Order: sequence, then C-alpha cells, then structure tokens
Amino acid sequence: MIAIVDYGMGNVGSVKNALEFLGATARVSNNQNDLKQASHIILPGVGAFGDGIKNLKKRGLISVLTHEVFERKKPFLGICLGMQLLATVGEEGGTHSGLGWIPGTVRQFEIDKTKFRVPHMGWNDVSPKPEATLFTDISSRIFYFVHSFILVSEEKGSVSATCEYGEVFIASIEKGNIFGVQFHPEKSQKSGLKLLTNFLHLRA
Amino acid sequence: MLKVRIIPCLTIKDLRLVKSIQFSEHRNIGSYIAAVRVFNMRDVDEMMVLDLDATHTGIKPWLLQEITKECFMPLSLGGGIKTVEDISMLLRLGADKVVINTSAVNDPSFIDNASAQFGSQCIVVSIDAKLVNGEYHVFTNGGRKNTRLRAVVWAQEVTKRGAGEIFLTSIDRDGEMNGYDLSLVKSVSEAVTIPVIAGGGAGNMGDCLKVIQEGGASALSAGSIFQYTEVTPLAIKEHLAKNGIATRI
Repeated sequence: MIAIVDYGMGNVGSVKNALEFLGATARVSNNQNDLKQASHIILPGVGAFGDGIKNLKKRGLISVLTHEVFERKKPFLGICLGMQLLATVGEEGGTHSGLGWIPGTVRQFEIDKTKFRVPHMGWNDVSPKPEATLFTDISSRIFYFVHSFILVSEEKGSVSATCEYGEVFIASIEKGNIFGVQFHPEKSQKSGLKLLTNFLHLRA
Repeated sequence: MLKVRIIPCLTIKDLRLVKSIQFSEHRNIGSYIAAVRVFNMRDVDEMMVLDLDATHTGIKPWLLQEITKECFMPLSLGGGIKTVEDISMLLRLGADKVVINTSAVNDPSFIDNASAQFGSQCIVVSIDAKLVNGEYHVFTNGGRKNTRLRAVVWAQEVTKRGAGEIFLTSIDRDGEMNGYDLSLVKSVSEAVTIPVIAGGGAGNMGDCLKVIQEGGASALSAGSIFQYTEVTPLAIKEHLAKNGIATRI
C-alpha cells in the first residue's frame, strides 16, 4: 500500500487517481499506522511552506515520517511543496524551519517578473542527470510545474534534475531512498505516470 | 523553456456538454464524459471544466469525480464555489486548481483566504468581460450582471489578493469564432504579472497565434473550435511552434 500523506495541503485526490490508474493501492491518510504499514510514502502538497510544516506537526507526523524514511528506508517521494518541505529553511510568508532532510533554503524566484510571470505555471523541459533513478526510460522530459518558490541547495550530489525559468533551479532531488520533484508527475500525462511507475518499483 | 498551453474548456449545463454564444443560446453538444476521454487521450496540456448550473444547484461531487477519474493532465474545476470548504472538497475529488468568479467579486477577501490556505497556484480567478461604452466591464452570474468594475482594475486587484492565474473571457466573442478580443487580452496581460489564459473567440489557428503574439496571453482556452471544426489542440500547437512559439508537442 502506498501512503499519501494527508496534511490538509493539496491535490491529494489527483495523486491517488494516478496511483490507482497504475494499479497500486493508495491510501490518503494522516494515520500513523498507515504510514508504518505503507511500502512507499508520498508527501504531496500545494500551498504555503509555513502552513505545510505546521500541519505536519499538528498531526504528529514528523517523527513517524522520519522513522519510516531513515530507519526503515522506505522509498519516499515529495511532490512540489512536499519536496520543498525537506529543506532546512523556507522563506515563504516569514522564515520557517523545514524537515531538514536536504540542506537548503526555499526562496522565491529571483527573476525579472516583467519577463517571467510568477507562478511558473505550465509545461517545461527538465534536464535529469543520466543516473537519475526516477527518469529511467522517459523519453519526453516535459513536465507540469506550478510554483512560485524554489529549493536552493548546496548539496549538489542530491540534485537529480534541473529546469530553467529565468534561472536554473532544482527540478528533482535524489538522496538514497529520498526523492523529491518540483513538478507534478501525477499531472504530467505519460511521462509523469512513467516516473511514478519507476518510483513504485523501488523497494525499501 | 516554458510552453504556451492550449486548454480546452468544457461547459456543462443540465448534465450535458454545452457550447454558448455570448454566454447564451446554450447548445447541447453531447456527453461531457466522452469529451473528457477524448481530450485525455489526445494528451492535452490542461483542461478546464465549468459546471454552469452549480451556482444555483450547488456543486455536484459525483459529477466532478466522474471527470477527475479520467484526467491525467492538470485540471481546473469551476462553478458554484463559494467557500474554502468547497475548494478543499474539489481538491480531494481530484482538481488541481479551482476557478472562482462571482464569489470573488461578491467578496474579494475570498481570494486572499483561498490563496493563503491553498496557495496562489491553485486559485484561478475567472474574469468575464464585455465592452460597454468603449470600456471593458466585468460581468458575473454567467454574464448576466454588470458589476461596473473595469477589467484591468479588477485583474490587478485579484493579482494583489493572491490569485495565481487569470482566466479572461470576452463575452462578446464567446462562441462567435471570429477571433479573440486582442485589445482586452493585451490590456489585462500587460497590467498583471501572473499568467493570463485568454478565452472567447478562437475560430482558426491564426486566431490562436495572434492572441499569444499580439495579445501576450500565457495560455489560450477554446471551446467551439474543438467542437465544430477539425482543428485539434495538437494542430494549434504545431501551428504555434512553426511560428517560433514554444509548445509541448
């Protein structure tokens, strides 16, 4: 069973639809037992960084997530805000501490907004590293993005793909069993469904 | 490079897919589910579905769920959204963005609350505009009520309040298939820094090129052209690409 973490942030329905289409059993849940029983954990999310962390804390999910990912090594995928929350610090609506799984900061695009409209909304080209696990056998690397903030990290080894919108930014990360994507695979048609399939094939 | 999006817009009335002309004369053109399936199969960039009755009848979760089950592209749902609870429900049903119109005009702080809670990126404010005495006025309630707000001023206000995108429709051009209202699109897209989806008037591929090149739209929405002509979203994208505009092909 794939656990989709329900913390009141985002398009959980569409992530569940995509996983079920792929034949997986998915459960949208904020129940600690579900996270313990799950084979894979997905942290979806659209919304603001501060609210995201606050909601995870309020539901008492941080310690169970940390345990399942770091001790039991379950494949973990953060999507959009779900990836950003892995950073040390988020600058959206004040400064907030993140989960700190990836050393880095989440900040606004620093681009000319007369040329580049924000949010960065729509399909854009993603450049993965050759060894990036989730991009195996994906020929069309155009994915759907919707965001105003980006993850900036000095830990270059964890960056598995980049994208460009006025500046080059992190499109995906990979660090052991921890994965994160800034774009929305659940909404990126065939390429996105293939990426999710690649994630589902991973084992703890 | 960010691609220009082509967004089929489906409107539902009395549980049928309909197409209007200038927001009236709604013509029944078939099953919405069949249309959703076709567009999903055609791998469209994004889709928008509006339930025109929902303002009166309330949101129909079962109907929306039928649609979201068939969609693996970004999906914006609209019609009858009045509260943050409505938005929360739509996101659970599988929407990625929600489209609000009348409720935003009635209470502009709804935009602030919605974008604070769900993020700007999921709040699309729909603006229906019509030329009245040489100025673009904003209409609500399905084009029936003139709010006397000016389109550009309202567009700037919704941006300031946290809308992530504007869906701008010309009521005059709706269903006419004689081209987008370029001066409306240009005036609004120049006035705001968020993406603008232009709607109303696409009749051929040249219209689509113009609204991007001359109107400055980030994306375009169309209805009639896909229902009444042979033109497909892919054909439009190929035409744009031939003219140097990045699209997803």
